Amino acid sequence: MTTAIVVQDLTKKFNELVAVNHISFEIQQGEIFGFLGPNGAGKTTTLSMLATMQQPTSGFATVQGKDIEKDQDGVRKAIGIVFQDQSLDEELTAAENMDFHGRLYRIPPEIRKQRIDELLRLVELHERKNDIVKTFSGGMRRRLEIARGLLHHPSVLFLDEPTLGLDPQTRNHLWQYIATLSKEKNISIILTTHYMEEADRLCDRIAIIDHGTIIALDTPDNLKNGIGGDIITITTPEFEKASKILTEPWINRLEIYNDEVRISLQNAEQHISEIITILNKHQITITSVSIHKPTLEDVFLSYTGKKIREEESDKKEMMRRHLRMRRH
Amino acid sequence: MDIIYTIWLRNMIRYMRSKSRIIGSISMPLFFLLFLGFGLNSVVNIPRLGENYIQFLIPGMVAMSVLFTSVFSGIQIIWDKQFGFLKETLVAPVTRLEIMLGQTFGGATTAVIQGIMIMVISLFVGLKVQSVLGFLIALGFMVLIGISFTAFGIAIASRMEDMTGFQLIMNFVIFPIFGLSGALFPISSLPSWLSPVTMFDPLTYGVEGIRYGLTGTSQISPIMSLLVIGGFACAMTVIGTFLFRKISI
Ligand SMILES: Nc1ncnc2c1ncn2[C@@H]1O[C@H](COP(=O)(O)OP(=O)(O)OP(=O)(O)O)[C@@H](O)[C@H]1O
Ligand SMILES: [Mg+2]
Repeated sequence: MTTAIVVQDLTKKFNELVAVNHISFEIQQGEIFGFLGPNGAGKTTTLSMLATMQQPTSGFATVQGKDIEKDQDGVRKAIGIVFQDQSLDEELTAAENMDFHGRLYRIPPEIRKQRIDELLRLVELHERKNDIVKTFSGGMRRRLEIARGLLHHPSVLFLDEPTLGLDPQTRNHLWQYIATLSKEKNISIILTTHYMEEADRLCDRIAIIDHGTIIALDTPDNLKNGIGGDIITITTPEFEKASKILTEPWINRLEIYNDEVRISLQNAEQHISEIITILNKHQITITSVSIHKPTLEDVFLSYTGKKIREEESDKKEMMRRHLRMRRH
Repeated sequence: MDIIYTIWLRNMIRYMRSKSRIIGSISMPLFFLLFLGFGLNSVVNIPRLGENYIQFLIPGMVAMSVLFTSVFSGIQIIWDKQFGFLKETLVAPVTRLEIMLGQTFGGATTAVIQGIMIMVISLFVGLKVQSVLGFLIALGFMVLIGISFTAFGIAIASRMEDMTGFQLIMNFVIFPIFGLSGALFPISSLPSWLSPVTMFDPLTYGVEGIRYGLTGTSQISPIMSLLVIGGFACAMTVIGTFLFRKISI
């Protein structure tokens, strides 16, 4: 395996604000690598630096061996990127947007034409290829952008929130496609997301990022196993008291989140009745109890003490995209 | 070259599609031509340049059309910035100089096409093109005005966040440049304290150059006009490129 990306102590400051704070990692060729983190974590800023769109304040990084500051052109030739915000020309047709891109990357005419057809078929936009992008839905635009990002056969592909605002079916479809792509063409894919499921399903490794810092980096399984087994969540008004009583040796971790007591332990099924008995004995009212296998949300929660808000921030995010597109 | 052509091509495709813009930007010079031209034709008598005010006005309106279209084309970079498309161009392995030149030539081309439309319409209200050479001279000056002011628009757009400052630029830069250029009246008819100001207006030389080409007479020698507007075009391209290189998204 060869290394596609090396990042050492990369930092970006906007005046006082440290958007990306001394991050370091390596990405192998052919790997799908995910940045998972809440709004404002520094995901886009990291990608922008790697794609040469922003200069780091300090630190060092290479993409396919090319220094992101000293050899910008080399980096740009090697990468493809799908930005978080739309970057299509709405007055042009789908095919024209693709053609413009192909010409910018100096792809010879015949190959260009053939690949454009191929890719538009792949993202199922071939029938609409001569329609003006203005008439496309959000999902169609996203698919077009992904197709465009692949046109020049980059060996590294950056996808900033690739499935944001897509319906579940399209999202699934794209996941499959991204996975196939990295496998068949050995493309390294670096994506950002705040969907747990996306990160879990798709990524070989995940960096959990918050406030510009990587707080955990591993395979999804290792991350989930690392927090101490299954999770029992008990909702109770007396969460303080409950957390003090539960001191059994088989409890690996215990956290309070709002009015929930979250207990990590192995083989939760075997211990659940015991826990309830203890709580009953101390006359603690239980509003609800649930058991689940750890998810990346739990991993995030255990590292940061907060949740990555999903539904809500999604709506906000869509609004933002929308406003940006409409703003004159 | 292929990159410059690509950017130019995109500008052309967009231009061809924007019927309302085409109509919109020929309407103003056209109305000026008709209202001022016919309205003042019998009142105004311009010494040394023949009696016909319309004849005098036509080159000015051609220049006006080129001026406004090109500034607007340059400023369009702000749309690209806001709609995100600029990122697509900037992240490609191409130089900013290529992007800037493609954009400049694209803008200049649309501006010249708009100017030619005014010229063609003018044929019906009394324009008589003297010779092919004269037409080509006028065309050359139109190209130079187009390049100058598209580059000017790009320079402005590179420093602006959104379109809010556009009206300000129009009112306090572009209209004065137009008003002082001798497009509407002969520069010699201005009071003596004002006429030096017109000499600092680069468009004056553009208008005079077009006028020389179309009517065969002008107050400034065509060589002089060529040198000044040519020099201005180069300067604006350099400044535009410099500022565009620093554009942040
Ligand atoms: N151009 C800029 N100027 C000033 N601050 C910025 C700029 N770009 C980003 N920031 C700040 O840097 C931080 C990280 O932003 P970034 O866009 O990288 O977050 P993100 O992880 O991509 O979030 P999201 O999920 O909302 O896309 C934020 O606090 C943001 O406000
Ligand atoms: Mg982002």
